[in-house]
Amino acid sequence: MEKKEIRFKINGEDTVISIKPNKTLLEMIREDLKLTGTKEACDHGECGACTVLINGVPVNSCLVLAMEAHGKEILTIEGLKQDDRLDPIQEAFIQNTGMQCGFCTPGMIMSTKALLNRNPKPNDDEIKEAIAGNLCRCTGYTKIFESIKDASSKIGGK
Amino acid sequence: MEEINIGDYSLLGKSIPRIDAYEKVTGEAKYAADIELPGMLWCKILRSPLPHAKILNIDISRAKRLTGVKAVCTAKDFKGFRWGWMPITRDEPPLAEDKVRFYGEGVAAVAAIDEETAEEALELIKVDYEELPGVFDPEEALKEGAPVVHDYRPNNISWEFHMDFGDVEKGFKEADLVREDRFATGRVITGFLEPPAAIALWNSSGITIWAAKQSPYFVYRHLAQCFNLPLNKIRVIQPFVGGGFGGTKNDSVAGDFCSVLFSKMTGRPVKFVYKMEEVFLTCRRRHNAIIYNKMGMKKDGTITAMQSRLIADGGAYTAIGPLTMYLTGCISTLPYKLPNFKHDAYRVFTNNPVGAAMRGHGVTHTRFAAEIQMDMMAEELGLDPMEIRLKNAIEAPYETINKVTIFSCGLKDGLLKLKEHPLWKERKKENKDKETISGVGISGVAYLGGARQRGYQSCAAVLRLCEDGTVEYLTGATDAGQGSDTVLTQIVAEELGLSIDHVDIQRVDTAYTPCDAGSYGSRVTALAGEAAMKAAKDLKRQLAEYAAKEWNVSSEDIVFKNNKVYPKHMPDKAIPFRKLAQIACYSGVGAVIIGRGYSQYGIEPYDFEKGIGNAGTAYSFTSQLTRVEVDKETGFTKCTDMIIAHDCGKPLNPGLVESQNQGASVQGLGQAIYEEFVMDRGRTLNANLADYKMPTAVDAPNIEVIHILTDDPKVPYGAKEASEGAIVSSPPSVISAIHDATGIWFKELPVTPEKIALALREKKKE
Repeated sequence: MEKKEIRFKINGEDTVISIKPNKTLLEMIREDLKLTGTKEACDHGECGACTVLINGVPVNSCLVLAMEAHGKEILTIEGLKQDDRLDPIQEAFIQNTGMQCGFCTPGMIMSTKALLNRNPKPNDDEIKEAIAGNLCRCTGYTKIFESIKDASSKIGGK
Repeated sequence: MEEINIGDYSLLGKSIPRIDAYEKVTGEAKYAADIELPGMLWCKILRSPLPHAKILNIDISRAKRLTGVKAVCTAKDFKGFRWGWMPITRDEPPLAEDKVRFYGEGVAAVAAIDEETAEEALELIKVDYEELPGVFDPEEALKEGAPVVHDYRPNNISWEFHMDFGDVEKGFKEADLVREDRFATGRVITGFLEPPAAIALWNSSGITIWAAKQSPYFVYRHLAQCFNLPLNKIRVIQPFVGGGFGGTKNDSVAGDFCSVLFSKMTGRPVKFVYKMEEVFLTCRRRHNAIIYNKMGMKKDGTITAMQSRLIADGGAYTAIGPLTMYLTGCISTLPYKLPNFKHDAYRVFTNNPVGAAMRGHGVTHTRFAAEIQMDMMAEELGLDPMEIRLKNAIEAPYETINKVTIFSCGLKDGLLKLKEHPLWKERKKENKDKETISGVGISGVAYLGGARQRGYQSCAAVLRLCEDGTVEYLTGATDAGQGSDTVLTQIVAEELGLSIDHVDIQRVDTAYTPCDAGSYGSRVTALAGEAAMKAAKDLKRQLAEYAAKEWNVSSEDIVFKNNKVYPKHMPDKAIPFRKLAQIACYSGVGAVIIGRGYSQYGIEPYDFEKGIGNAGTAYSFTSQLTRVEVDKETGFTKCTDMIIAHDCGKPLNPGLVESQNQGASVQGLGQAIYEEFVMDRGRTLNANLADYKMPTAVDAPNIEVIHILTDDPKVPYGAKEASEGAIVSSPPSVISAIHDATGIWFKELPVTPEKIALALREKKKE
């Protein structure tokens, strides 16, 4: 299959890449760009481990073709840290033990990022809804809710 | 930071953030699938489309000719190697030999330059099968004339285990009420999100494999046996592990053997990553079991006897099944006083995927049956479910009839806390609207921690002092997500009086770390924790000798605290720990300061044949309240609250203990009402996360964890297990809550909306 050239911004960096049109965004991120923070678990859009943001909107990158990235801005877990300073969401997940094995964590944090960008003060139901597509088998979600609420209070200034 | 006073400690009892949290929130943490090596090939496995069939012929010639394919293998290439948990149960080959025994079993494998080519090559392999009649139900498999899965077990009984203590017949005679019921637990899977993966390299140094394992030393032994190499030529390196929960990641998978073999054949590194569908079709799952339970009770609620007959679906191979059977019975004599007990457990071969360990291993089946039956009998006798538990609950010190010894027990304290909880006290006052009915249920259970395993018990720690006062910590223990790396580091730092960031724990690398059984049976804090404590004391003793010389005092009077060292009662003389490290390291004698320690808790024997003695080091006690709302029309059940009163002894990191309980109880909720493999003649029909329903954030209840503090002398710092109790307590408390709401007892898991709706309709007719 012939490769096609696409241009996009990923984690703030302009990128040009030639890619087979049948590759998924997840495959491109992990295999071509070597950004392995984004995880592959189910490969069918059922678990949310591969969540990244396209123009601020969370997507399961296993369900999106890489070609869709053309002309867009992609944000992955590696792009949250600014000059060695963690995003308040990352900080909150650390302080509230919002993870165990950590495999769902990048996707969970990206879904949270999208939520707090559009709604800095979500209520409990809005938080649950926002991460309903992100499965976590370890935590039972309680400490993840606490992490998100803590991040929200820090971002929203409470 | 949350803090519980468990003694005079700087770090223990505090919810120190996980030491691996930074790597996990930034995406830096590397899991097996994230590792790549130059020239790497991809390994894929061809899987059987039949559950039981003779393999007549495998033609790999076309696959071999495909451009990009570097090697193809079948069972022949493993020269008869089989593995298993015990020498007498080694019945599982990496790839099926003369016949396949379950749908999805590996029959051949391919190594190719990329994943796509490997997948294409699988389609070119032609396997001729002669289908055999299969057997898919363990009770059917026990009948005369049933298809035989393994010739060495002509009656299909893979393993049996029997216990007989006291006199159950006498006990039933003494009872005012005797009940017999049939219970069933469901077909569920661990549900880790990281599929099994590894990258293997064979060269003149031997085998190196980066593998997603919670027990890396199991695959280490299996590879040495399979490839006939000495253990010092096997190097298993453990990356971050994306969840384990027992079973698959305690064990080896076909991909491990095939990728190593392919690296040997091609001289190139070989990687495999299972697809989630492969996980669901072929990986280890919890045994589903049928439990015929009989209990005798006096009018006042005293339990006089219990007899259980358990029939477990073992699937196609033995795996760790003998231990499962042991665990279904060995602590049935907890947490309630039981003077007479008989247990007969049968693990039965079928042509289903393999049943193995999963969190709450073994105990979850029989405790579910016993808890629900006890509630049913309490109801018949007009007794309160809380009071019947309080009445029968054991108190420490205690020895069960099969000589399980209890030195600490927070069950009664926990139950009393729950009794005063508003969720329990106000449960009858609730206004139930027209559509939904609510209910509150209770359970009380025990679980063993610090599991002792025959022959695999070694557990040690090595601490290497660096000259700048930092410490390298080598352990063979694996953190599969539970947080043990953090707790173990807390222990080392606590003993040495150091900040936690002065101690660096290394993940398992069998070339350097001491041999260990890994993460299972809630053993890490108890056993690796003891090793860590002893190693730190050993290091401290050596350093104290240097300090004692400096100050001309006894080495026993040297205090290590706040990164400083000083003679007792003379804190003004304190020098930095770093300085003492320099003095020791530069003393000129050439010594390298190394602290060593190992666990000795595991050496007391127990009787694996009869179920006598301690399979664990200490025992946790968990009591749980659960509240549900049930839709009267659809049967849809929403779990709204769980209150878990958990006695893990002393929580060394309360936040991690809570998180373990929360995770386990929601996993248990999945087993109670959501999760179940739908099977058709050995084939799993819902082999994906959309159709196999694991609880999501929306399904998760509010969970409150109440720490019940006890002091157990058998474990380091009094810390008992903190993850498996809640997966045992969760299903019975959920089912008891559904009963409280609907008035109906459900005895088969999972209790789905369909079952509830149908039962409610039946009830209406009556």
